[in-house]
Amino acid sequence: MERPILELTGATVYFGADAALDGVDFRLFPGEVHSLMGENGAGKSTLIKAITGALQLTSGELRIDGEVMHFGSPHDAQEAGVRAVYQEIDLLPNISVAENISLGTEPRRFGLIDWKEMRERAHAVLADLGLDIDPASILGRHSLAVQQLVAIARAISTEARVLVLDEPTSSLDLDECAELFRVIRDLKERGVAIIFVSHFLDQVYEICDRVTVLRDGKLVGEYLTREFLRIDLVQAMLGRSAESLRARPRLHLADERSTEPFLSARAVSVGSGINDADVDMIEGEVLGVAGLLGSGRTELARALTGIDKLDGGIIRIQGTDESLGNPRSAISLGVVYSSENRRTEGILSELSVQENITLALQAERGVFRRIRPARQRELAMSWVDALDIRPPDLDRPAGTLSGGNQQKVLLARLLALSPRVLVLDEPTRGIDVGAKVEVQNLVGELADNGLSVMFISAELEEVLRVGNRVLIVQDGRILDTVPSEDLTADSLTALVARPEAV
Amino acid sequence: MTRLMKHRLFWPVFSLLALIVINTIARPQFIKITMRDGEFYGALIDILRNCAPLMLVALGMTLVIATRGIDLSVGAVMAVSGAVTLTIIDGSSSPGSTSTVLVAILAGIGVSLVLGLWNGFLVAVLDIQPIIATLVLMLAGRGVALLITDGFITTVNSEPLNFVATGYLFALPFALFIWLAAAAAIAIVERRTALGVLTEAVGINPEASRLAGVRSRGIILGAYVASGTLAGIAGIIYSSNIRAADANAAGDLIELYAILAVVLGGTSLMGGKFTIAGTVIGVLIIQTLDSTILFLGVSSAQSPVFFAIVVVIVVLIQSPRVHQWGRALTGGFRTRPGTEVRNDAEVTA
Ligand SMILES: Nc1ncnc2c1ncn2[C@@H]1O[C@H](COP(=O)(O)OP(=O)(O)OP(=O)(O)O)[C@@H](O)[C@H]1O
Ligand SMILES: [Mg+2]
Repeated sequence: MERPILELTGATVYFGADAALDGVDFRLFPGEVHSLMGENGAGKSTLIKAITGALQLTSGELRIDGEVMHFGSPHDAQEAGVRAVYQEIDLLPNISVAENISLGTEPRRFGLIDWKEMRERAHAVLADLGLDIDPASILGRHSLAVQQLVAIARAISTEARVLVLDEPTSSLDLDECAELFRVIRDLKERGVAIIFVSHFLDQVYEICDRVTVLRDGKLVGEYLTREFLRIDLVQAMLGRSAESLRARPRLHLADERSTEPFLSARAVSVGSGINDADVDMIEGEVLGVAGLLGSGRTELARALTGIDKLDGGIIRIQGTDESLGNPRSAISLGVVYSSENRRTEGILSELSVQENITLALQAERGVFRRIRPARQRELAMSWVDALDIRPPDLDRPAGTLSGGNQQKVLLARLLALSPRVLVLDEPTRGIDVGAKVEVQNLVGELADNGLSVMFISAELEEVLRVGNRVLIVQDGRILDTVPSEDLTADSLTALVARPEAV
Repeated sequence: MTRLMKHRLFWPVFSLLALIVINTIARPQFIKITMRDGEFYGALIDILRNCAPLMLVALGMTLVIATRGIDLSVGAVMAVSGAVTLTIIDGSSSPGSTSTVLVAILAGIGVSLVLGLWNGFLVAVLDIQPIIATLVLMLAGRGVALLITDGFITTVNSEPLNFVATGYLFALPFALFIWLAAAAAIAIVERRTALGVLTEAVGINPEASRLAGVRSRGIILGAYVASGTLAGIAGIIYSSNIRAADANAAGDLIELYAILAVVLGGTSLMGGKFTIAGTVIGVLIIQTLDSTILFLGVSSAQSPVFFAIVVVIVVLIQSPRVHQWGRALTGGFRTRPGTEVRNDAEVTA
């Protein structure tokens, strides 16, 4: 076998006294797509950051082309041809898409930045990914999925020998994934070595040649994807049998539903995002939302929960008209929203896990009615247990948790409010296979306890599995609401993409 | 020991103690405190007294910085409050009466509160960038103060007013009690209510906080109001000390020293996590440095450079980067040596 382009031996990274990565060996060959798998907090992102110089190895060594390398910063790694897309997108939201793509590698002419060239370069690489947006537009205006694609565009805009993608597909739809995979295959042809992290097993099996499994910071093993059964992969990640992961069946509601929906929206419009939408949310029901990227899924969720102001339409809660002018008033009516954008609209990285979990409850009670510290701990601990947040350390800054665990902290923050209507925008993004089933089950349980849940996900199968009914959104309009019994994964996919076909 | 060194106030306290030790070595009478007429005197007592205006301003600045803001107008607010208070006393028929002075002081504080509210309104409601919003008042405030004093330096001689800055209570300077009370009040409010954590949340990420239902506007507004009010009190202490309202000199450059104190105390200018105790120590560092300059007889021409050099040293002492280098140099880096040995073995194998 040829020589690996990149090789890690005995890689160890300590954060304080805990090893996030413990003596891991890893190798990567040119022209392969290599997946890193493991539960939330297994150490995937840590390994990646050690490779790209974003983190320093406490011990162990990194070789590129057989030569020992020491990257002091991601910039050094870039010089050596290692480019990365991190799990938490590290772009600058207040500058243009083109500038983001060229950041650090700006084309120059006579020593000045060549703006024209920059824009053209951005246009070309975006087109390569099948993304048609104006390179001069401000990045922060775009949806998370577009931002994720821009981050990818940036990584592939210069010649790389090693491309690292940490959960690049977490907010992408099938179509964008397909485009990305086409690009990945293309790069692979050209001999680029690619590390691909994803919690979607389908994607891993579709695109990856080899997988390395991590558990609790240790290496479990390296396998060839085509020889490795899914069930064995899951078992390797969890360290226990995959049998324990059983999705509980949704209770299907009796036909006689409560006469009145808990929340009903009529003719709701917001900017150009959502138009004339009618939604009924019934107690005890999970309403799945399916739609393509840019269809208005998120806009709908934000409109119903007071995040964005309505341009038209009304929202009734238990039959009374309410103006949900801001998140605060929505929360006081029991309507809560969990953003798809964990980093910029969710987690408060420097605050502790406990403070993050109790934040919304505290805010609802007001500044002067502080929750007693003992009560705060108790409350936070109960959610850490219930959602299996790891490590179960309440005082750790939330930003130091792995991505999936941060997502659970956010869920805990909302659930601590004992909401009546729970609007979840991509709640399982970045969550590992085990935890995903747990979250899905939890959503079902909450609905059984009388909550009304809206469940938005780019993963249609999940929408179908969790939802009692599925709302189909397209171009800012609600196309239809279909009971999930009447749908299959294929028919839903078809409906979402081409309504006239069904 | 290492646990102690990890404490976030370790380096600020260390810097302060180092300054005191150096001063004492240079001139041992620095730490001498004497009792005269039942009142304490000495260089250290002077520091505790003279730091009052900067302390009050820096405390307010801490709250504002915690919300990711900045308040450049504090010096101007000091000038306005001094002008209002002294003009009222000056114009009254009984400048020596305690009630006159109390009314004048309340008026000065009241005006400052309104100015703070104005800043808060610009930032929290109109969404103007804090640096610009408070710049407006920074530039206009002194003009207003000059209008109030008719362009003159208003001097007054009023016993109750003089007491504010130079009086003694329980053998200690009254001004010390003012800032202790302010620091304690802020610390208690922040601990006993949820204000501390909600302020930090807003400073760390305003949008995420809004989605979590935090009243970001109210909290930001409150911080500017606190900053304005505290600056107002500082202005009155300042005027009481010089027995005059000097619209140009009052609080000149104090915004910069206050920001420096906040940062020296360990609060990040990026907002979020803040520490009141840290700011208190930061101010004491600056004030000690100030009296060091006097004490060592550094000429006024050299003093800015001297000040700057010491500040740079203090900042370096506190920098985590520098600590890292220090550890690397002293070989304290965990497992490094072991790794290298193993690597060698692998290479030869
Ligand atoms: N800056 C940090 N400080 C302290 N601990 C950290 C820090 N970053 C990561 N960790 C810890 O290191 C461990 C590994 O985290 P890592 O982010 O590598 O997980 P991951 O495999 O990428 O998980 P996920 O699938 O959730 O993204 C976790 O236990 C995490 O809490
Ligand atoms: Mg990760």
